[in-house]
Amino acid sequence: MTENSERRVISVIVVNEASVLSRITDLFSGRGYNITSLTVAPIPDSKYSRLTIATSGSVRVIEQITKQLHKLIPVLRVYEHADLVEKEMAMVKFPITENLSDINTLCEAYNGKIVNVGENVIIAMVADEPKRVENFLKVIKRYNPKEIVRSGAVALER
Amino acid sequence: MQISGAQMVIEALTLEGVDTVFGYPGGAIMNVYDEIYKQDKFQHILNRHEQAAVHAAEGYAKASGKVGVAMITSGPGFTNAVTGLADAYMDSIPLVVISGQVPMSLIGTDAFQEIDAVGISRSCTKHNYLVTDAKDLPRILKEAFYIASSGRPGPVHVDIPKDVTAQIAEFDYSQPVKLETYKPHTKGNPRQIKKAIEAMADSKRPLFYLGGGIINANAAYEVRELVHKTGIPAVETFMARGVLAHDDEHLIGMLGMHGSYAANMAMSETDLVIALGARFDDRVTGKLSEFAKNAAVIHVDIDPASISKLVNADFPIVGDVKNVVNEMLEISSKIDVSKFESWRETINNFDDLHPLTYHEDSEKLKPQWVIERVGELLGDDANISTDVGQHQMWTAQFYPFSRPRQFISSGGLGTMGFGFPAALGVKAAAPQQTSVNFTGDGSILMNCQELMTAVEKKLPVINIILNNNYLGMVRQWQTLFYDKRHSETDLSVQPDFVKLSEAFGGIGYRVSTKEEFDAALKDAVEKDVVAFIEVIVHRLENVMPMVPSGGSLFNMMLLEKKEK
Repeated sequence: MTENSERRVISVIVVNEASVLSRITDLFSGRGYNITSLTVAPIPDSKYSRLTIATSGSVRVIEQITKQLHKLIPVLRVYEHADLVEKEMAMVKFPITENLSDINTLCEAYNGKIVNVGENVIIAMVADEPKRVENFLKVIKRYNPKEIVRSGAVALER
Repeated sequence: MQISGAQMVIEALTLEGVDTVFGYPGGAIMNVYDEIYKQDKFQHILNRHEQAAVHAAEGYAKASGKVGVAMITSGPGFTNAVTGLADAYMDSIPLVVISGQVPMSLIGTDAFQEIDAVGISRSCTKHNYLVTDAKDLPRILKEAFYIASSGRPGPVHVDIPKDVTAQIAEFDYSQPVKLETYKPHTKGNPRQIKKAIEAMADSKRPLFYLGGGIINANAAYEVRELVHKTGIPAVETFMARGVLAHDDEHLIGMLGMHGSYAANMAMSETDLVIALGARFDDRVTGKLSEFAKNAAVIHVDIDPASISKLVNADFPIVGDVKNVVNEMLEISSKIDVSKFESWRETINNFDDLHPLTYHEDSEKLKPQWVIERVGELLGDDANISTDVGQHQMWTAQFYPFSRPRQFISSGGLGTMGFGFPAALGVKAAAPQQTSVNFTGDGSILMNCQELMTAVEKKLPVINIILNNNYLGMVRQWQTLFYDKRHSETDLSVQPDFVKLSEAFGGIGYRVSTKEEFDAALKDAVEKDVVAFIEVIVHRLENVMPMVPSGGSLFNMMLLEKKEK
């Protein structure tokens, strides 16, 4: 009975109201499920928001999560994505003394660029699939990043 | 009309047809209680503890089929009520629980009697609201009643800050509920229903597995018809007692941890489980991988999340069980009733082999006898509630239930202290019927302050305390699985239960023989006042048969045969 635990992405459309986010995260924490990443933003011209949740679990666990999410009163729809386009953004702060052209070239390879230049630091951003973003973050380690921030994934069904 | 938030609560409850509210006042809810004082639309029953108020509302809801209402204050008032909310959530009981909260301006400041009530109730309610503006209150209260009673029922908690109850706003209750994100699926898929009926017709050893959802859906009489028309034998869960009458020839009995041998064997041998409003609880299934191992599963439930949660359903049908059973009835003639005769005979043989019974004792009364005796004397006339423990299982096993909503007990959460306040709610809902609460010497002390409520409101509940001077169910497990190390379960030190009842103005009896018991029960039924009947029973009686925790249904510990 070993069921494979795989990474899954679930999108949830919810009424944009107070406490709705905690209803959803409570559902995960109360059952001991972990949320890998979470993004929330209002859907334009509607009273709804879209959450994109990256999590992991067996087919049965994910099916339960989906059903339990759907049971929450303010949840309109739940998508468990199979075939999806997924993007994530990361911003990284480098000392200005690092090799800027190398950094710039790397960023471009990951759909990014240098977005801010200050007296002591530069800020670069990339936007790509979560796996590639991870790769990027590995590669740039040698340029002594001072701070890294990731956005969490957003996804759309193909 | 322009009225205060507190007045809105009264108006909304009146428009919802509420005739009884259980509760306990306090600082943050005082504006609402001030309006309760001024009105005569509904009665308020003052319980002596907030937990009891919610249990009473549960009992009221279960007996009446209506939404139960409880009202409490902030902070400790609310936290006391949480057990009741959790209990109602587990057993799908429709409640609206209204709590006071500190004023909006003080929320988050660690104010006196402040607690994040919606934060706590989120995981033990179907839904909850913190009302931040009185203009939302009519909509929220209307939604609360709708959500509590529709779909899979459950408790809804509405937390109202004190300044919101004082705020004046427009009250219009005529707007219909608009919840685009909440639309319970009540009609089963006709194609799936047809396939399910075909599966029943094709099966050799089908079995109805009846759950408490049937009672919530008021579908017991439809289910009785379906069982009789198809000739398929049935087992009931603890929560479903009374769906079929005790003397129905198709009823095998209760299944599960303390189910009958025949019911559990039938479930182990069946080739088609027809689950109606049941949720495959661990106390029912035992070891999951061995549960109904060779059977296909039809699962009818209003809650999609219950289907294939634990046991995979081959024929999932999401819908109100009443609608689905009615549709099944229309096409059930496809099933050959005579086909299952040999299957029924097999089941009868199981029952003959190990019938559900107990051995009498010449010295001490057996608790099972007491329950059977009440069944003989009061039977259909009494509504029965229980607390939690051995007495609860014996009641489910031995009381002759004959109708739905006759049996009210805490199934999912297993809340000791549930029975007495729930019985008060039952009595308030059904004053013509006798309300009996079977309880134990452990459980009764957990809400015995309700004697005061019972005396004040003239709710003459008869509490039958099966006293074995033990926390019996835990003692039983210690005897069986912990090498008789009876850790902290010996309750030899006890109050005088007779005097305890009398101290509040109730009556009390202590009995230890059959004759004394009969006389006490007769007297208690005649006297119109709350009663404690303390019955001294055999100390070491175990609930049998039993599936040890995590074991398979077909591997039961059985009652030892008596040597002759």
